[in-house]
Amino acid sequence: MKLTFPHMGNVSILIEDLFGRLEIEYITPPKTSLRTVRLGVRYAPELACYPLKVTLGNFIEGFESGADAGIMVGGVGPCRFGYYAETQRRILNQIGYKVPMFILEPPLAHPLKFYRTFKKVAPKKTLRDLYRTIKVSWKKARYIEMIEKQVLQNRCYEKVKGSTTKARKKAINLLESAFLEKEIENAYQEATEIISSVPKEEFDAPKIGIVGEFFDLLEPFVNFDCEETLGNMGFYVEKSVYLTDWLSPGGKNLIAGHSADEVARAAKPYLSHFVGGDGRPTIGHTILYAKHNFDGVIQLMPFTCMPELIAKSILPKISKDLDIPILTLVFDEQTGKAGIQTRLEAFADLVTARRKKGFKPRREIIDWLDNKDQDLVEV
Amino acid sequence: MKDNFYLGVDVGSVSTNLVLIDEEKRVVASIYERTRGEPIAAVQRSLILLKEQMDRPFRVSGVGTTGSARTLSGVIVGADVVRNEITSHAVAALDLVPEARTIIEIGGQDSKIIILREGVVVDFAMNTVCAAGTGSFLDHQAQRLGIPIEEFGDIAMKAEKGAQIAGRCTVFAESDMIHKQQVGYPLEEIVYGLCEALVRNYLNNLAKGKDILPPVVFQGGVAANKGIRRAFEEALKCEVIVPDYFNVMGAIGAAILAKEKTKRTGKTNFKGFEAAEMNFSTSSFICQGCSNNCEIVKMKLEGETVAHWGGRCGRWEIGEVERIAKEQVLS
Repeated sequence: MKLTFPHMGNVSILIEDLFGRLEIEYITPPKTSLRTVRLGVRYAPELACYPLKVTLGNFIEGFESGADAGIMVGGVGPCRFGYYAETQRRILNQIGYKVPMFILEPPLAHPLKFYRTFKKVAPKKTLRDLYRTIKVSWKKARYIEMIEKQVLQNRCYEKVKGSTTKARKKAINLLESAFLEKEIENAYQEATEIISSVPKEEFDAPKIGIVGEFFDLLEPFVNFDCEETLGNMGFYVEKSVYLTDWLSPGGKNLIAGHSADEVARAAKPYLSHFVGGDGRPTIGHTILYAKHNFDGVIQLMPFTCMPELIAKSILPKISKDLDIPILTLVFDEQTGKAGIQTRLEAFADLVTARRKKGFKPRREIIDWLDNKDQDLVEV
Repeated sequence: MKDNFYLGVDVGSVSTNLVLIDEEKRVVASIYERTRGEPIAAVQRSLILLKEQMDRPFRVSGVGTTGSARTLSGVIVGADVVRNEITSHAVAALDLVPEARTIIEIGGQDSKIIILREGVVVDFAMNTVCAAGTGSFLDHQAQRLGIPIEEFGDIAMKAEKGAQIAGRCTVFAESDMIHKQQVGYPLEEIVYGLCEALVRNYLNNLAKGKDILPPVVFQGGVAANKGIRRAFEEALKCEVIVPDYFNVMGAIGAAILAKEKTKRTGKTNFKGFEAAEMNFSTSSFICQGCSNNCEIVKMKLEGETVAHWGGRCGRWEIGEVERIAKEQVLS
């Protein structure tokens, strides 16, 4: 049995590493391309959210490459993501891929289902093996994402355009090929060195925070490399979503810098409860970026994404109250690069002009919200 | 001594606009042409027309391009500045009305709202999925009613009030309009009703959640329509300023930006009006460099490749736009 899986930024590195260690046979589908999107769009319902279409395309391309089973994560909570795996299984079945689709449920929410799936794909391995393996693979995935963060923060300062992107490739490859825990540690040291030794010029770069739906933030193909574009435009970039943060939101030292609790607390004056997906984190992170004196926030969301739509309707109020510019970019198969480029450019001009005038997020309101938050009652 | 002028080029989906401004940023010549899906030909044709408008020799000391075909037209004319439409429109409006706080811009297929405070753009929005609130909507309905679009505004001004017409979707607006005609509403009320529908659609979608404060500047091709201006004034309960050169404001902004830039650098990349005679051609191919399979557009001048764009990575592109943005940050 050869398993295939969908792409989402660096997730393939984590899965390949994990499957390799667990001796699970797998086939990585070709990188997400226009063809992937076309295939997904052709077979998915038109109003399904964009990530479903793209990942469906990944499965089809994975089966075309010789895989005979698929694995997809399930989910909990009021967002259509929880139905992706089942919907895709049915669509794939209908179009002739009568192959088993394994749905990996979150282990804490559905321990038994998780265990059954695990035994099916890796019958020779025990939970103890799994635990040990995950520990190492996890470390690797985290280091890779820490490098990604470093890249976003450094690209704007590069002297030669493209040098950071080149260094990033080298650094990620280094980590990808490391196997033993010790090797991974060493590779990480070397990788950070590679990124930080890119020749830089000193200047006070404006800061942009990127918030929104996790697939759009993690898959550069879908967001038209907007992080890289912003870096090239001279902006220091941070983003609120990292794969390992997302998989363990309760963990300490999250890469994005704030725990899920902190983010929820920050969001509370504007959105006091969970609305599915990343709706509340989008609000919370936006406020936290304002608190950290960022010059602007960009929200990325797939067309028809309900939780992000809720967040989107709240953001103008936050923008006005805290005086921080916010731009929402919506992605699906109809989105053109030109439209995104024009908006990013105009937003960049806006942020730069505001800075020259000395406009900053309103400190007194942010502090007031911080204190007021404590007396708010849970609704 | 020859006069010093600055050229602004705005190539959009519907129209191609060129202007020449002098050192005092006054418009000395302007061209408004249909793009007709051929941006290269439209720019070249407009260059010739612009030159013909001038009766004395002059020098072009700077050139800026904007609009959706800004990169392409930038290569044709040899632009000193290639900037997005939002910034260009804001620059032009602010030059005219320095205390402007809202800019409404409605063109053939797109509409924008720009919010300014203290002379700085603080928020903006552009329509994304639907053209129901743009010039094309009015064009289509005018055709349906059998009246020339040029007379649309004057007819609307005759109405005392507008007929209630659904403006969210062009198709529904049309059936609603037919119904109103059949019921016997006078033509001017229907026409003004359409203006109100467009304005309602604009305010409820694009401008949703935005603080529209006076002074309000209204520009873009649709600003020619007095009915729309009246509908905006009634809805916003304030005066709406329509600049003299409302339909070429993007080009004026680009020219002003070019003037500022060349004042700093002291030189221009302008290719001269000979650019109108040069043989530009474009072709596209799929890059096989990686699995992204990007469609790359290649632009040739007299058989020689002068520019590429369309790739996701930096392999083909000069990354001009990003470079300019960074320059902006660094300055």
